[in-house]
Amino acid sequence: MIFNYGNVLVFAIAATLFVTVTMLVSRLLQPSVYDTEKLTSYECGMRPVGSAWVQFSIRFYLVALAFIIFDVEILFLFPWSVVFTAAGLAALVKMGIFIAILLLGLAYAWQRSDLDWVKQVMSPEEGSF
Amino acid sequence: MREYILTLTEPGQLLSGVSFGLASLLVMVASCAAVLGVIALNGMFLVWWERKVSAHMQARLGPMTTGYWHGWLQSIADGIKLLLKETIVPLLVDKPLFMLAPVVIFGSAFMAFVPIPWGEHLIVADLNIGVLYITAITSLSVIGVVMAGWASNNKWSLYGGMRSAAQIVSYEIPVGLAMVPALMASGTLSMQGIVESQAGGFWHWNLFAGGPFTLIAFVVFFIASLAEVNRAPFDLPEAESELVSGFHTEYSGMCFAFFFLAEYSEMFVVSAIASVLYLGGWQCPLGLSLIPGPLLFLAKILFLVFIQLWFRWTFPRLRVDQLMHLAWKVLTPIGFVNVFGAALWLVLI
Repeated sequence: MIFNYGNVLVFAIAATLFVTVTMLVSRLLQPSVYDTEKLTSYECGMRPVGSAWVQFSIRFYLVALAFIIFDVEILFLFPWSVVFTAAGLAALVKMGIFIAILLLGLAYAWQRSDLDWVKQVMSPEEGSF
Repeated sequence: MREYILTLTEPGQLLSGVSFGLASLLVMVASCAAVLGVIALNGMFLVWWERKVSAHMQARLGPMTTGYWHGWLQSIADGIKLLLKETIVPLLVDKPLFMLAPVVIFGSAFMAFVPIPWGEHLIVADLNIGVLYITAITSLSVIGVVMAGWASNNKWSLYGGMRSAAQIVSYEIPVGLAMVPALMASGTLSMQGIVESQAGGFWHWNLFAGGPFTLIAFVVFFIASLAEVNRAPFDLPEAESELVSGFHTEYSGMCFAFFFLAEYSEMFVVSAIASVLYLGGWQCPLGLSLIPGPLLFLAKILFLVFIQLWFRWTFPRLRVDQLMHLAWKVLTPIGFVNVFGAALWLVLI
């Protein structure tokens, strides 16, 4: 099996080499004209306003968190799905309980509207979140 | 693989007298070259095909002049042009990350080819956790996307990169869930093993193994994988009308070409995974062995790719909130129900 993963390593090295070499060949063939205007960041033709390294919405992190929870869950599903006929009904019930707990989490996030792209934020007088 | 290389080094064979280590290295390098060839040909063919299909769906002709016959040399001309174009690296970018992003994205698309079985003995390496490996490697591309978006120091790139990351990780969940029923039906994680378990005609395919549940799983997999590879109607990361070109706005020349190549090979890879998991891979639909396996596999992949192209001109692009709604509130619950439906069906029936 380790032999097979040697293949993966060779592929990783080959991908890096291929991209690097092609870029070097392209570097040799292409023209290179220096122009400060050309080297500014593209912003619809206007001069760029400020840096783009700004804060962005925290909702991206919530999506990432939800992803990690469910991805790990799927990781548990994969080995189970391979042996589930042999493991029998008991394993099916156990997996059902495990997933039900996580589905509760999904329902909670859904109810808190963490799954919406634009969260409806109520003022303290109106509601509770 | 090991046995194959040992037979190659026997006297009278191609690599007679060569030590085992060197022989296996040569075989690995040869398989790398073969996959690179597949990726390059696939990219060139798909670009041309996509332009032709889009043109004909809009009652146009598409490229017609280059190469005289229906513009078949158009992609090669485009490739040469991209090679000769100046790679512009804006002054304000984070240069190491900017140059590394195409490597990561192309690498993830390239390495995904390792466990894909093309025929009974035609596979780069039959990994025992092939499905897990392929999900892991294809989701590496999201790191490249975020890298490109962040390093460009451009507002369009940042928005495109973040949107794309959110989209890819969200749709990763339905994709994973939709793979599970096929794994249950086949009982293995090796890609070759999954194909072998579906031998003997289309009624043995995983598509029909779990009653309605595997059918639904296939549809969910196909829809979610469209979002995984940023294809229309989920092409928000590069929504031209709002984000210019998304995370690769600042890329030009060969750097851009690698994003392009990676996108087309990802289309090919997800179609290959779908046909391995549900459509029997290289197995013949009628259980015969008249047509070579690799050709059948290619036909299945190109059929799925054609549906992807067709979708592009059929469905309008989704909004970001609709995209998240579809992933978390429609496809993920369907995926969970499906896993249990398929499990009960396989245990009880």
